[in-house]
Amino acid sequence: MKLSLNWLNELVKIDAAPHDYIAAMTMSGSKVETLDYLGAEIENVVVGRLLSVDPHPDASKLVICQVDIGKEEKLQIVTGANNVSAGDLVPVALDGSKLPGGVEIHTGKLRGVESQGMLCSHQELGLTEHDIPDAPEHGILLLNGDEYAGIELGQDIRTVLGFDDHIVDFEITPNRPDCLSVIGLARESAATYDQHYEPEMATVKGGAGSIADQLSVTVEDFEDCPRYTARLVKNVRIAPSPKWMRERLRAMGVRPINNIVDITNYVMLEYGQPMHAFDYACLEDKSIIVRRAKAGELLETLDDQPRKLDESMLVIADGNRAVAVAGVMGGANSEITETTRDVVFESANFKGVGVRLTARALGMRTEASGRFEKGLDPRNTLPALERACQLVELLGAGDVCDGIIDVDSTDKPARVLKLEPERINRFIGIDVSRETMVHYLENLGFIVNGDDITVPSWRMDVEQFADVAEEIARFYGYDKIPTTLYAGPVEYLRDKKLAFEDELHTLCTGLGFDEIQTYSFVNEKCFDRIRLPADSPLRNVMVITNPLSEEMRVMRTNAMPSMLEVLARNANVKNEAAKLFELCSLYFPVLDDNGNVDTHKAPTETVCLTLGAYGAGYDFFALKGAVEGIAAALKIRGLRYAANRENPSFHPGRCADVFVGDKLLGTIGQVHPLVAAEFDMPTDAYIAMLDEAVLMESATDLVLYQPLPRFPASTRDLAIVCDEATPAAALEDCIRAGAGELLEAVKLFDIYRGEQVPAGKKSVAYKLTLRNPERTLTDADSEGAVSAIIAGLEKIGASLRA
Amino acid sequence: MRQQLENIRAEALAAIQNAADKADLEALRVRYSGKKGELTAILKSMGKLSAEERPVMGQLANEVRAAIEAAYEARSTELETLALARKLEAETLDVTIPAEPAPLGHLHPLTLTINEVRSIFEGMGFETIEGPEIEYDYYNFEALNTPANHPARDTQDTFYFSSDLLLRTQTSSVQIRCMEHRKPPIRVISPGRVYRSDAVDATHSPLFHQIEGLLVDENVTMADLKGALAVFAKGLFGEDTRVRFRPHHFPFTEPSAEMDVSCFACGGKGCRLCKGEGWIEILGCGMVHPNVLRGCNIDPEKYSGFAFGMGVERVAMLRHKIDDLRLVYENDVRFLKQF
Repeated sequence: MKLSLNWLNELVKIDAAPHDYIAAMTMSGSKVETLDYLGAEIENVVVGRLLSVDPHPDASKLVICQVDIGKEEKLQIVTGANNVSAGDLVPVALDGSKLPGGVEIHTGKLRGVESQGMLCSHQELGLTEHDIPDAPEHGILLLNGDEYAGIELGQDIRTVLGFDDHIVDFEITPNRPDCLSVIGLARESAATYDQHYEPEMATVKGGAGSIADQLSVTVEDFEDCPRYTARLVKNVRIAPSPKWMRERLRAMGVRPINNIVDITNYVMLEYGQPMHAFDYACLEDKSIIVRRAKAGELLETLDDQPRKLDESMLVIADGNRAVAVAGVMGGANSEITETTRDVVFESANFKGVGVRLTARALGMRTEASGRFEKGLDPRNTLPALERACQLVELLGAGDVCDGIIDVDSTDKPARVLKLEPERINRFIGIDVSRETMVHYLENLGFIVNGDDITVPSWRMDVEQFADVAEEIARFYGYDKIPTTLYAGPVEYLRDKKLAFEDELHTLCTGLGFDEIQTYSFVNEKCFDRIRLPADSPLRNVMVITNPLSEEMRVMRTNAMPSMLEVLARNANVKNEAAKLFELCSLYFPVLDDNGNVDTHKAPTETVCLTLGAYGAGYDFFALKGAVEGIAAALKIRGLRYAANRENPSFHPGRCADVFVGDKLLGTIGQVHPLVAAEFDMPTDAYIAMLDEAVLMESATDLVLYQPLPRFPASTRDLAIVCDEATPAAALEDCIRAGAGELLEAVKLFDIYRGEQVPAGKKSVAYKLTLRNPERTLTDADSEGAVSAIIAGLEKIGASLRA
Repeated sequence: MRQQLENIRAEALAAIQNAADKADLEALRVRYSGKKGELTAILKSMGKLSAEERPVMGQLANEVRAAIEAAYEARSTELETLALARKLEAETLDVTIPAEPAPLGHLHPLTLTINEVRSIFEGMGFETIEGPEIEYDYYNFEALNTPANHPARDTQDTFYFSSDLLLRTQTSSVQIRCMEHRKPPIRVISPGRVYRSDAVDATHSPLFHQIEGLLVDENVTMADLKGALAVFAKGLFGEDTRVRFRPHHFPFTEPSAEMDVSCFACGGKGCRLCKGEGWIEILGCGMVHPNVLRGCNIDPEKYSGFAFGMGVERVAMLRHKIDDLRLVYENDVRFLKQF
């Protein structure tokens, strides 16, 4: 909401520099976004009188003017305008002056004749024909008319044309629609400076006959139109508004149109009450009916758009057809034009929800609808209407009829709350006297009577104790509230999952992985890109109904696309290598009985620890080593890998499912070359995806101490010859089963293929550490273990290397 | 014989002193004082001496042996010291040759900021909790005193899955979930992802992070709110940080405020970072709205509390002077490795 400080100062005398004013208003709760001086771009432009206008000796289109700017010294200025004559008052840009758009004017020569400045057109001063209706389209702005009576030679042009004003732009929060008005901000300003401001009801002379004989108003829907107030103005004389009103509108960012339209806009700015003016002659049956639109009813609105209405919308109609969408925009069929003779002013109260839904359905948010949406004060319609009619009379724009039509269903008494000074002091943590509190409230228009506070009608946001406390707090000053530390009882628990994630952060960074953060939503097409089969359950997703784009439409159920995208982005900006991890959120929808996604039930949210890497020398086992490292650090026992040739996203020969016992922990592998190509990944990429919940439940929380061994261990190396296809895990299983409890550790240290073993076979060498905790191991113990191992190996077609 | 002994002493001491290495030295020891050495050979001829001469010569021989052995020990130590010095010299490295750094990974700047904020509030007895990102309308709006068609909903463009399920627009939803199943005293913070329909640019992202805080008990005051947040601001932005509370409006707090901190770039004098104001807006806060407490079956006549919420991206960008939010979600390792 913009506010002209000149306008404000006419209502409330604020004796403060604009800068101090905005600081004070910000601290009392009206946050200021910007402060601008309207004349900031204009410097050294003054009023001058043309003493003479003579032809230029060498240029037929130029004239030479002698100009009096109120100083002894006269100026000589050459101009190309042809609308000037001796005696005219004009804006004169002096040597070294500045004009809007960064233009600077200096003394110079025009066709050999010295020109000590420039005469200005209205455009050169940043004005339009709306601001100066009688200004010539081409030529110098003449300041001769009555509107400029009293100006002096040499006077700063900014004070002549309304540029000498500061504009404050407030951020008005949705709870304070009353502050979307000059009067509302005047109240807040007054209270901020410990004053009280309340406008008086405007007075209207009337006398042009009675409205009752000429117009009827029927409200069919009091729910959505609690109050409808109207007055009739006859013999309207459509003309430009006077200079002061045009300047005020311009300062507030509103374009002047004509006196009647300008009055409705002026009153909306001043009172915060949207108004509308109908051409009375266009109202059939001389009646106004506030009703629901008929299904399919058509109306062309003032912006020349045809609108198709429906029964959810409220319209203003005459006896026959809709003439306005209530609270949103008027219809073209009853628009004020140059030929309008009689005007009906509407000042009505429409319910915010209805206006909001209608405006949204029609896709047209207007100044009026934006205000109604926030919920306006029904008591404000009459003062605004009276003000409009007062302005009509003041401007001589028409003859106001006697009588007001006021269809008012709002008979709720004003809200009364209790003043509880002690509770307020306790709640805020201050010590303010009851008298001071009463004073703050009265400045704001509250009426305090004993312990009763009557809330003014425009403060619909003040509903209960806490709201009153806020009024006290903000005028006492938030900055004066002391700073204390709450010292109540503590019941501190540590969230296990968060603590576990902290541990994962430490582990992954310790292993050299950098953390990434990626969007939780993806393009549904990514499932094709990672080659998920058409019937994959991962394709059941939560779908955003109003996404920003296809790229952000479904909530991810798989961590691979996000990771792969980041790996590819890094590879494509020629980062040589990357090792990344993410605690990646996944969202698994609830399915209904038919197997469809239930969009009314919250999905299961899980976290997947994703590791991804690429770079020279990086391979499957490097990533597997990282997973092993994490498992070791978390003391997860019984980690098991099983080759998975079926996972379509991974290289079929380089992918394993990872289990803890029988529980699937996740998958690790080289990204399938076709998937990598889909993501423009130029090199091999490796990804592991581990379920955080399984990691967490498999981790050992607390380690229990084992006594240190008292008897020596013995080591045995075994070289095992087996088929090429036999997985190492099968050999290791045999070793574990055969050695039983004696086995303390087993480590694969060599794989040999070549002359020493038959074709199609390999030799896998293990170092076994055997130990009996109870006694020193004998040769017989070791031999027994090895025999058992050999027996096991035979069953899978493997044997000790000869 | 005396002359012989004296000759051996002089010869041996000189030779030992000149021994070039341990092997040389050992050979000299064998030659002079070994079992078959020259000294032993002389002693063997002691029998030929008179009874008067024998003890005199015996004593002299012992003196000579002791002198040779002492010289041997001294030279041996000397040679060891020399050898070590030579070895160390040979092993000298150019310590200015760059080493390969231990491959430590880096936490994301958002995580760093969340961790920092968490540690400050956990130090004040706040417990960190989480809540779901896909939320019911009730928890995100309704229970936060923002019923359907409330104008405040306009300020948060929401992603919907259906009429009643959405991506939470604020971590404030966790307040409600927490108060529904806990009774005061409550002291929690909750970091997490939130979503609003803002197109991606240098300062906007449809996904960002917030940290919510909530404290509810008997006799909690707005002064307590100011105290907790002042401690937080000093903890995060430095001891000299000042805070400023401005009245504001949120549907779920009353009174409400926005908190600014004195600009940590200029100390409050006014600079580019704070746009000349000397203050930087950091968070929104207020006293929990009585309607919100009532909705969670907490009696506002008995209990009061404060709540606050801050944008993590904003704080992280301010702290690390990151000028484009897009960098945060692009995850370029050249960016990540800076933190």
